[in-house]
Amino acid sequence: MAEKTPHELLQIDLDPPRSDWMDPTIDFEARRGTWSYPGAAKNLKYMGFANPREWSPRDDDWKLPENWQQIIHDGIKERLTKYRSFQVFMDICVRCGACADKCHFFIGSGDPKNMPVLRAELLRSIYRHDFTAAGKLLGRLAGGRKLTPAVLKEWYYYFFQCTECRRCSVYCPFGIDTAEITMMARELMMLVGLNINWVIEPVANCHRTGNHLGIQPHTFRDNVDFLCDELEEATGISVEPSINRKGAEVLFVLPSADYFADPGIYTFMGYLLLFEHIGLDYTFSAYASEAGNFGLFTSHDTIKRLNYKIYHEAKRLGVKWLIGGECGHMWRVLHQYMDTMNGPADFLEVPKSPVTGTVFDHAASSKIVHICEFTSDLIRNGKLKLDPSRNDRYRVTFHDSCNPARALGLFEEPRYVLRNVCNHFFEMPENTIREHTFCCAGGAGLGNDENMEMRMRGGLPRGNAVRYVRDKHGVNLLTCICAIDRATLPPLCQYWAPGVEVSGVHELVGNALIMEGENERTTNLRGEPSAETEG
Amino acid sequence: MGALVSLVAVAVLALIAYLAVGVGDLRFLFGVVIPGVAFAVFLVGIVYRLVKWGRAPVPFRIPTTTGQQRSLAWIRNQPVENPSGGLGAVVRTASEILFFRSLFRNTRAELNPEREKVSYVNTKYLWVAAMALHWAMLVVLLRHFRFFVEPVPRWFEAVQLADGFFQVGVPVVYATTVAFLAALLYLLARRLLDAKVRYISLPADYFPLFLLLGVGLSGVAMRHLEKVDIVQVKAAIAGWCSFEPVVPTGVGSMYFVHVFLVSVLLVYFPFSKLLHMPGVFLSPTRNLANSNRRVRHVNPWNPPIVGHTYAEWEDEFRDKLMAAGYPLDKE
Repeated sequence: MAEKTPHELLQIDLDPPRSDWMDPTIDFEARRGTWSYPGAAKNLKYMGFANPREWSPRDDDWKLPENWQQIIHDGIKERLTKYRSFQVFMDICVRCGACADKCHFFIGSGDPKNMPVLRAELLRSIYRHDFTAAGKLLGRLAGGRKLTPAVLKEWYYYFFQCTECRRCSVYCPFGIDTAEITMMARELMMLVGLNINWVIEPVANCHRTGNHLGIQPHTFRDNVDFLCDELEEATGISVEPSINRKGAEVLFVLPSADYFADPGIYTFMGYLLLFEHIGLDYTFSAYASEAGNFGLFTSHDTIKRLNYKIYHEAKRLGVKWLIGGECGHMWRVLHQYMDTMNGPADFLEVPKSPVTGTVFDHAASSKIVHICEFTSDLIRNGKLKLDPSRNDRYRVTFHDSCNPARALGLFEEPRYVLRNVCNHFFEMPENTIREHTFCCAGGAGLGNDENMEMRMRGGLPRGNAVRYVRDKHGVNLLTCICAIDRATLPPLCQYWAPGVEVSGVHELVGNALIMEGENERTTNLRGEPSAETEG
Repeated sequence: MGALVSLVAVAVLALIAYLAVGVGDLRFLFGVVIPGVAFAVFLVGIVYRLVKWGRAPVPFRIPTTTGQQRSLAWIRNQPVENPSGGLGAVVRTASEILFFRSLFRNTRAELNPEREKVSYVNTKYLWVAAMALHWAMLVVLLRHFRFFVEPVPRWFEAVQLADGFFQVGVPVVYATTVAFLAALLYLLARRLLDAKVRYISLPADYFPLFLLLGVGLSGVAMRHLEKVDIVQVKAAIAGWCSFEPVVPTGVGSMYFVHVFLVSVLLVYFPFSKLLHMPGVFLSPTRNLANSNRRVRHVNPWNPPIVGHTYAEWEDEFRDKLMAAGYPLDKE
């Protein structure tokens, strides 16, 4: 937990100093708690990434390749010709400042370089210096800077202080997307061996074992069995999901945290109950045991490399279509990148619900349906027996996870599900939900313990909105559809809005489902009494 | 600092034109050669930039969605905020270009450490100023077409008449003149007085503001103070258009200051942030439909990357897979 109390941490001045921003110095020692540890050499080596070595941002010498400036210069040049987004976003910003106070990290830290415009300028100033006529001629007067070691250190600090949540891009009059710029900056840093371990280790794990957590196939089976036992204990329902089974209708892919850690495991039990309830013919895969993709926080090539296994496994197993579980960045990849990178998935069929007959033609090409889309269709068609009073101990609000919100526009589906599985639902203030939603501040690989102060700072806007509905409506449960949220929001709530717990949407679905042959359900999936608690 | 440099730069430019004509008698250079060259640079520069942008592919479809997606038939989607097809994307882009849709969402974050409260206040000042500046600029530009065409079409006169609706002064002061100058002054003041915006501002942000102010004020001076001879001006412009240059005589230095500052603006445009004008058409977070799962988007340079294959994975974990009773492809 952050060493400062919430009150101490709140002493923030959003007005920057009068000084110039162009000469950076970052004292990593003094800023402990606001940056992440570098990628371990063994993980870089395993993945074949550049410049594996042991180093620390605290060191003076970051052990860069001798020609690192040239490498980055060439890297920028290559990306300018490959991505129109990058080229256009480098050229058209007018620094109007509309984005400035839209970033959760800026609001929670007051650090002016967390204003999205300035985060982008860190890279744009190098672009201007190296690639524009004005920058080459006039240098600083035209806003150009030379790429010095100090600038690179500043990149490391601030581009690993962006969660790629895209909130700023909602407000930008030109749609400049800081996530795109951060992705480019991280790719460029990868070329000289700068990355963080909380990203690189999951990437290496995922490549080898199939999931970020490094869970090997026998353990995967053990975990699933264990959770089935727990489920039986809580509900009396015995389920036997198949793994790696050929010929199933649906391959279900999910974030690995859901079969590993509290509170995701309860969401997992919710999935199991739902599929049992409707008798879905589905299988898990221990090989494609992760649909999350930390490649998104590494490089485009790495996204493709890690995402490869989804369609590859669907083809091998001979399934007809796919359902994806609750996870935010995972859905950005599944929605915006998978089909382009590893498609076309012409060996699959257009998803069709075997229960309702609904054809999901909005997924006609990629053949993957979000579980909230699937479940809301079931509810709408009256195919689920639900008792929302089983969630009466909860007064519920919903956190729109960044990517399902701003990369899909998945707003109504989870709300429709929630309104049908619980009786007390309250929205947070409108500037903090839907497309305006605030990040958990632990996305994009930043959800590690060493970065805790920055997480709590960036978590301020979300935490403050949660506290508002806690105080106003007695909200005690923050639901979300993201595995990173389920890992990062509990400490955030503990810090900013104590008394509020965190769950997935399908945990509440699981609680509410009336199963044939179930025990008397006096407790929920967590083993807590279902009835309303007072006080 | 950036502001001062830019102010001095624009003042020097204006002075150059003033002296060149007043003292140096360089009317041909400043009245014919420079505007011509500037216009050529502008055209070539913009075309070069558009070609450069256009040649960079769009490898991924990455719209920022700001409304409900189109998914299930009974869920009402928002076809402009989250377009599911090309038409929606066109309307969305048009709403950005014509009405600055995203800027209209602007809020101001306020922090109250004592009450431990963060709030977001709707704020439309920037949107109003931006709309005023750009729309006024467009009308001012249209008004100038009366110098370029003979006879002046009816609808020009209608625009002019509407613009001068308030009938203040002789000649009439146009509403857009006032709006244009006021918006520029607001944007300038905002850059100087708002600590956040001051911090992010570069000389390149002040320069175009002062330059436009210079253009506007010299225009106003010509119309209302110096009362330039329109017939002479029209003759000069007809000269440009027919490539038979006419050196205007009988017009004051203010005309040359105005024309020179516009020339600087034209040359500056393709090399500066003023590129946001053509650029906004090409922003991939706005001009693409969110149809990713319905229609496959093709990346022309999709690299031939293969991940860890199932066969490799099975080989690596064979013993464990067997012990755990998994079905295997290769026994």
